[in-house]
Amino acid sequence: MSASSPPGGARTGVPPGPTGASFLSAPDPEEPGARRLYRSSEGRMVGGVARGLAGHMGLPVLWVRAFFLVLAVFNGIGLLLYAVFWFFVPLGVGGVAEAKEPRDARSWLAGRRPDRGQIIALLALAVGTGIVVDNLNLGAANRAVWPLLVIALGVALVWRQADNARKARWVEMSHGKRFWPLARAAAGVGLVIAGVTGFIVVRGSGSHLGGILQAALAVLVGVALIAGPYLIRMTQDLSAERLMRIRAQERAEVAAHVHDSVLHTLTLIQRHAEEPREVTRLARAQERELRSWLYRPEGTGRDGDDEPATLADAVRAAAAEVEDAHGVPVEVVCVGDCPLDERLSAQLQAAREAMVNAAKYGGDGPVQVYAEVERARVFVSVRDHGPGFDLDQVPGDRMGVRESIIGRMQRNGGQARLRPAPGGGTEVELEMERAAAA
Amino acid sequence: MSAFADRTADGGAAAGPGGRRRVRVVLVDDHRMFRTGVQAEIGATEETGVEVVGEAADVDQAVSVVAATRPEVVLLDVHLPGGGGVEVLRRSASLTADPQHPVRFLALSVSDAADDVIGVIRGGARGYVTKTITGPDLVDSIFRVRDGDAVFSPRLAGFVLDAFASTDAPPVDEDLDRLTQREREVLRLIARGYAYKEIAKQLFISVKTVESHVSAVLRKLQLSNRHELTRWATARRLV
Repeated sequence: MSASSPPGGARTGVPPGPTGASFLSAPDPEEPGARRLYRSSEGRMVGGVARGLAGHMGLPVLWVRAFFLVLAVFNGIGLLLYAVFWFFVPLGVGGVAEAKEPRDARSWLAGRRPDRGQIIALLALAVGTGIVVDNLNLGAANRAVWPLLVIALGVALVWRQADNARKARWVEMSHGKRFWPLARAAAGVGLVIAGVTGFIVVRGSGSHLGGILQAALAVLVGVALIAGPYLIRMTQDLSAERLMRIRAQERAEVAAHVHDSVLHTLTLIQRHAEEPREVTRLARAQERELRSWLYRPEGTGRDGDDEPATLADAVRAAAAEVEDAHGVPVEVVCVGDCPLDERLSAQLQAAREAMVNAAKYGGDGPVQVYAEVERARVFVSVRDHGPGFDLDQVPGDRMGVRESIIGRMQRNGGQARLRPAPGGGTEVELEMERAAAA
Repeated sequence: MSAFADRTADGGAAAGPGGRRRVRVVLVDDHRMFRTGVQAEIGATEETGVEVVGEAADVDQAVSVVAATRPEVVLLDVHLPGGGGVEVLRRSASLTADPQHPVRFLALSVSDAADDVIGVIRGGARGYVTKTITGPDLVDSIFRVRDGDAVFSPRLAGFVLDAFASTDAPPVDEDLDRLTQREREVLRLIARGYAYKEIAKQLFISVKTVESHVSAVLRKLQLSNRHELTRWATARRLV
């Protein structure tokens, strides 16, 4: 609605890429719901209509605002249009071409306070409206304009408040600070009442004001008495129903997962009952998968299939593969984490080779893998409980250890040590300096 | 897994195998199958020296059974109906603190979420083992806990290292909120799968010293002033 630049920063007219498609303006009409129009809850001035439209049509938000402003000058059509959009278009999160800025909860909260641009915009709007209204000449209806404006303002305040309450539900920022929302809603209601009163007074029925107010009050109280219990019941039923639906959804998801993986595994286990090794392998793989599904925080490799991007994930993935391939349990402990780079990938390859060796020659005990990311280096140790291993006695043609582990580490600037573990078995220690930029 | 091996005994009236005094244990777990399994694995008192004196399936039961039987060790599941293992620990605090006959808790869980594990340890459990542990190792852990030692599985050692590794939050209490170099080394070796005896050999110290380091780490973990250690450790894994 205004020409001042939004707090979100510079904006382009480029339609959003696939990331923004979930809410707005994917140009592909095949996608159901993708072309639905939403008001934007981010970086909005009043109702988020202009921004939402801009995102929807792939236009700069400034154009849309200017358009509304120009229309507003013509007898306030722009205002009316804006109000209609505000009324009918639902509020949406994010969307538009704006890439999701990393906003934490605090800046969300701060975002609720109007910044300077927003205040200037509102002031300009008020002054502009005042001038327009003053210059209007509607004859007999002229006197009713100001009360109508007050009513409109009150309605806008209440609606905007409803938007905020809705947004608060998404962002869960409703804790504390219950005063301001209430005060704003009350102010909106007060404005509407004042406007209506003014309207009545202006229309010349001021003498009957007392009587009218009393009658209105009586009607309101009557309606509240009759409809109140129904309303309360309805909201209660609604929230109960919502709870049930969420529960049912969750149960369905768990059931689907259990069906997909656990039942299949159990079937396989029954079929392979004569082969303890296969049974163990299946059971361990399933345990690992279910465990990561249940206990790992959301968003960290839950879907599992994509390439791991951090060291800890990569170590876990490598251990899981070795475990599956050789049927030997591999226990992984990771301390700290960091993104993978070329040298760490080499270290990971060496660690993987060490795990394979430990699984092959390390007897029946579990292979223990420990990875620690320190500030300057990454340390990985792989330990088995087998008969032990002496590098000097390994024939020179066995390239596995020398090349895949020791050689690979040295070529990439790290070092590898093989030694008998104190309690029997072999331990491989791999050390790699971390890249300077951390 | 020899991580829990080698524990010499102290003599007692009703000596179990190896001459060690029998230990009275209560099992708390909401899965009856699991309780039955553990009972079958460790409950043969003549062989293991473990005497299961009670079982419980939820928090309320656990609190009353523990109060009634006064066991030496409680095998405590982390996830329980009625508030979880932490709640049992909270409501049994007076028993845990009893200097004459302390009740000691050993957390036994299928969960490996950091906040679950560190939660019960901070609540006062003397150790944490996963449910994949073998019977003999579990028996050893029970005796270790009974004797006042702390039991760290490699995974728990990893969590603790992770939680104390942060340097961005300044410690509130220097003594508590930092691990000494030696304690870090010991934890690291536990995380790498070493048994106490192997750690002792590696660091040229006695097994007794290893034990005291581990106990010190446990004490720091339980008493640490570090704000929201649990939440932090969880958040760390999100990075």
